[in-house]
Amino acid sequence: MNTFIIAGLLIVLLGLAYQMGWSKSRALATPNGLRVHSRGQYHGTLVSLWTLIPAVLVLAVWAFFSPGVTHWYIVSQIPTDVLTSLDQVGLNQQMQRIRDLASGFGVTGELRPFEQAAGENLARFQLLSFLIMVAAAAGLGILGLLFARRRINARLRARNEVERFISWALIACSAVAILTTLGIVASLVTEAFRFFTYVNPLDFFFGTVWAPRFSSTGAGDAGQYGLLPLLAGTLMISAIAMLVAVPVGLMAAIYLNQYAHANVRRVVKPIIEVLAGIPTIVYGFFALVTVGPFLRDFGTAVGLNISATSALTAGLVMGVMIIPFISSLSDDILNQVPRTLRDGAYGLGATQSETIRNVLLPAALPGIVGAFLLAVSRAIGETMIVVLAAGNAPILRGNPLEPVSTITVSIVNQLTGDTDFTGPQSLVAFALGLTLFIMTLCLNIVALYIVRRFREQYE
Amino acid sequence: MTDTSLDSAAIRRQRVRAGLSRRHLGERLFRFFGILAICLALGFVALLFTDVLRKGIPAFTQSNIRLEVAFDPELLKVDPAPERAPGQSDADFRAARLGWERQVAMLNWNNVVEAALRNAAPAGFEIDSRQLLTITESDARHRVRELFVANPALLGQTAQVDLLASANTDNWVKGNINRDLGDSQQQLSAPARALIDIFEENGTITQGFAWSLFTNVDSRSAPASAGLLGALMGTFWMMLIVIILAVPLGVGSAIYLEEFAPKSRLTDLIEVNINNLAAVPSIVFGLLGAAVFINWFRLPLSAPLAGGLVLTLMTLPTIIIATRAALKGVSPALRQAALGMGASKTQMVFHHVLPVTFPSILTATIIGVAQAMGETAPLLLIGMNAFVASVPGTPIEQATALPVQIYLWQGNENRNFFEPRTSAAIMVLLAFMITLNAIAIFLRSRLEKRA
Amino acid sequence: MDMLAGKVKMTDQTLSANLDPADMIDHPIRLTARDVTVHYGAKQALHGISIDIPDRAVTAFIGPSGCGKSTFLRCINRMNDTIEGARVGGRIELDGQDIYAPDLDVVELRARVGMVFQKPNPFPKSIYDNVAYGPRIHGLARNKADLDEIVISSLRKAGLFEEVKDRLNEPGTGLSGGQQQRLCIARAIAVGPEVILMDEPCSALDPIATAIIEELIDELRTNYTIVIVTHSMQQAARVSQKTAFFHLGNLIEQGDTEDIFTNPVNKQTQDYIMGRIG
Repeated sequence: MNTFIIAGLLIVLLGLAYQMGWSKSRALATPNGLRVHSRGQYHGTLVSLWTLIPAVLVLAVWAFFSPGVTHWYIVSQIPTDVLTSLDQVGLNQQMQRIRDLASGFGVTGELRPFEQAAGENLARFQLLSFLIMVAAAAGLGILGLLFARRRINARLRARNEVERFISWALIACSAVAILTTLGIVASLVTEAFRFFTYVNPLDFFFGTVWAPRFSSTGAGDAGQYGLLPLLAGTLMISAIAMLVAVPVGLMAAIYLNQYAHANVRRVVKPIIEVLAGIPTIVYGFFALVTVGPFLRDFGTAVGLNISATSALTAGLVMGVMIIPFISSLSDDILNQVPRTLRDGAYGLGATQSETIRNVLLPAALPGIVGAFLLAVSRAIGETMIVVLAAGNAPILRGNPLEPVSTITVSIVNQLTGDTDFTGPQSLVAFALGLTLFIMTLCLNIVALYIVRRFREQYE
Repeated sequence: MTDTSLDSAAIRRQRVRAGLSRRHLGERLFRFFGILAICLALGFVALLFTDVLRKGIPAFTQSNIRLEVAFDPELLKVDPAPERAPGQSDADFRAARLGWERQVAMLNWNNVVEAALRNAAPAGFEIDSRQLLTITESDARHRVRELFVANPALLGQTAQVDLLASANTDNWVKGNINRDLGDSQQQLSAPARALIDIFEENGTITQGFAWSLFTNVDSRSAPASAGLLGALMGTFWMMLIVIILAVPLGVGSAIYLEEFAPKSRLTDLIEVNINNLAAVPSIVFGLLGAAVFINWFRLPLSAPLAGGLVLTLMTLPTIIIATRAALKGVSPALRQAALGMGASKTQMVFHHVLPVTFPSILTATIIGVAQAMGETAPLLLIGMNAFVASVPGTPIEQATALPVQIYLWQGNENRNFFEPRTSAAIMVLLAFMITLNAIAIFLRSRLEKRA
Repeated sequence: MDMLAGKVKMTDQTLSANLDPADMIDHPIRLTARDVTVHYGAKQALHGISIDIPDRAVTAFIGPSGCGKSTFLRCINRMNDTIEGARVGGRIELDGQDIYAPDLDVVELRARVGMVFQKPNPFPKSIYDNVAYGPRIHGLARNKADLDEIVISSLRKAGLFEEVKDRLNEPGTGLSGGQQQRLCIARAIAVGPEVILMDEPCSALDPIATAIIEELIDELRTNYTIVIVTHSMQQAARVSQKTAFFHLGNLIEQGDTEDIFTNPVNKQTQDYIMGRIG
């Protein structure tokens, strides 16, 4: 209710401000035929900005402090002897009763004398503070309005001021992206650092056993946190994924780019790109209920022991997921190789595949390598497929037919729903996250640099 | 000057010819591999979709049981529902009402359901009451009670009530469980199975559209009534936050970087930073959310607010990059024309450049939102995988999201029932994403035609 | 008419520098084209071109840009096959053999009809590998020594060997524009073609590099049938013995270069040579 009153008030104020700025500007221009620097709507906008910003600031301050102030006020209404007799839960109940009285909802049970008074006081206090807040916001807004309106004259560079405001707002928008990166780095580094106060970094980075213990007592043995089994699982699954995705994705891109008729390309390309839009949880489910059992049965048929959830299952499905990634990046890059190079080879009598293999691919190689690196970074950071289909067995071994675990799986296992970052059990997720972040960051930087250089070469 | 290897043209032509068949074979092989790759990729798409459809479509129908429920006063010994007395405060009335409802809840409603089931069974059919009750879903008693609470006048009357068959009944009816398995491996006892078959034959059990999928929230105790409503609302709130925050922030920052920022090492760094941010694994954003939003800012756990913020940060780079590409594509002629007319840079951008790029920005936004909608991993880290059996009315209430619901359901022990149910949820998710993408494509072609 | 007279005098002088009477002898016909048409999708780019191209001489195609001269050139070694939507009609014969015959192998054809492009387009490989590429794919060299010999002699013929002999293993893209174009000519020669097609080979080069290439073309014509597309009338006059004028997809006039430049029959040819059509 209050929100609507405030919003309505703001809108009225804003419209008023705009109108006043605009009409003053008009009044300035019409009778004297003066050359006014800025047009009416800029004066209007400038005045509304001057009105809106102080009002919103007041509202923000009120919104920030009012719960605390109200809390303090209610507590102050409860007699000291009652207050001392209450524990936290009791206090909350008591406060809720007073609130219910103030809002007119009423309470059940016996009404204590101080409650009645407190309820009435609170209602008065809330109304008063709301009115003061509205008055302050409106007053400051109107002050801003009057000040801005007074400034309006023919030479006021209202447009420039409005534009300066816009450009500051735009800078603030761009700052969010940088703050995000800073936030990622800061949170990962600080929490990982806390983890390393429990576990020696050497034991973490070079440990071969991953066996975190969830001890409810919090005391004693915290378990072992060796990264290597997870790293090995991550790399094995990524390698399998790349083995699937690179040949299929690259050949598909080459065929679509070089051989396929325009109509075929128009139909097939979007269909392959559908694979990129499918959420990874869907791939995970697909791997778990269809691919895994199929591989297991296939293994039984040919005499191999393949687990339903294994590095192979997760890697295969992840490879499928990455196909469109590789094919569309490669397609882009093949498009960038100038046509004249291809013509040169054709002119010498090279067949189409010779042209592609000997001229096009070597010319596109840096770009394609960049695309592969981006795809690897994707595979390393992929979570849901491996959570569902890799088997969650953090054991250092080299057999892709058996269950493994990865960095991302362990992050999910260690941190799911847990927010009191007190022990190494949950903090390790940040150390793992930091490792993952650095790995993918390096891959991305190298890949993006290569791709960028490649693009510049043919521009 | 010597001629090339002193070979005559004839010898050269002979040599070229000699290699031709081998080279053309190579060509055909290469082309074959290309077609093979395309077929594999298309095959994967087809396989994935047919698999999901094959598993999911049956879950859109569900077994219902139509029973004549008698609200027998013998079984239901309860006071009349309280009426609102004049001058009674809200709080007092609610207290009285709650007291009555508590009384109603204390009754053994299973007896009512059991009586209705026995009534529907052939006379003299022998089955103990525990086994009998496994036929209906365990929330049947709540359904009947709610009916009574809503209409206390039903006491002493008989009403026709549609109840959900239990998940195990549904499995048995649909053949999701092997009917030939022995008693020890069956979830339902032999008499219950026999009775189900009888019910199916006499039309007590029918297949109907599984509305529960869309009208109910998740449920653990009553799997057959588990639905997606809570998850859909959670996703709705998150997408709302993503749209409200990511679009202005993303477009604004793209405009600044592309149009206003001075070309310097700093802007280079920002560009590299944004490109990298777009490739950071989503789970890292989850860690960011857990550390910053949950742990530092103390935002509520499992709430769409935190989830929406995390997804916003994740979507931001996509929108920035797409918008920048669109802005870059605007021809310099348009800019020069605007500037030449005496427009300021801001006017040029907002009056001329931005409208031209609107279709691309819109498309990129929709695709970014669709991507965010399917994201699971970061949400797990901010507690959105908690079991929530309520519809979130605001973004700060506990909630789950559609993809997380899929994650939760796939892990349910009653695989026979939840595998199709999960596939159905996946179909819902994919339907949303396909719709969004179709809208994006449609809008782009419409807007571009008009421009 | 005064202007025309002046122009003729000018071209006359340019012509006389490169023409000796021996060139005027009729060469045997190597290539014949009859009613060649090209469509790009729905658009017709060439309307019934018929021309005879003589052996061991330079034939120049001139005309304003977009007139179809390059399109026709690309028909001669079937480079238009590589463009999606291009359809070629009519008949082109090389030594009496239809090059659009279904049983003709386009790879073999292109080994016989080499091509040099408008923009120098060396492969991103070493100078040596650039030249060796053609002989390698066609299996022309029996062994490494053979290949070395082909590469060196081709570079020699292209007049590039002395400049690059110490850096054969450096990338071809590192050469200057003129050198790159000569490398491309060497690359074409290395396959041992009988016909060399040149599509505005000097348009991306500075005047000095152009002069060197023109000189090279003049040398090459003793061994090869050369067809050159050029937008520069002066170049056509300097290097060619036969000239064909294209306009809007039609072949307007063809004949001995001298005749075309001194005594054009067609009004449009006159206008073009006088600089009235750009």
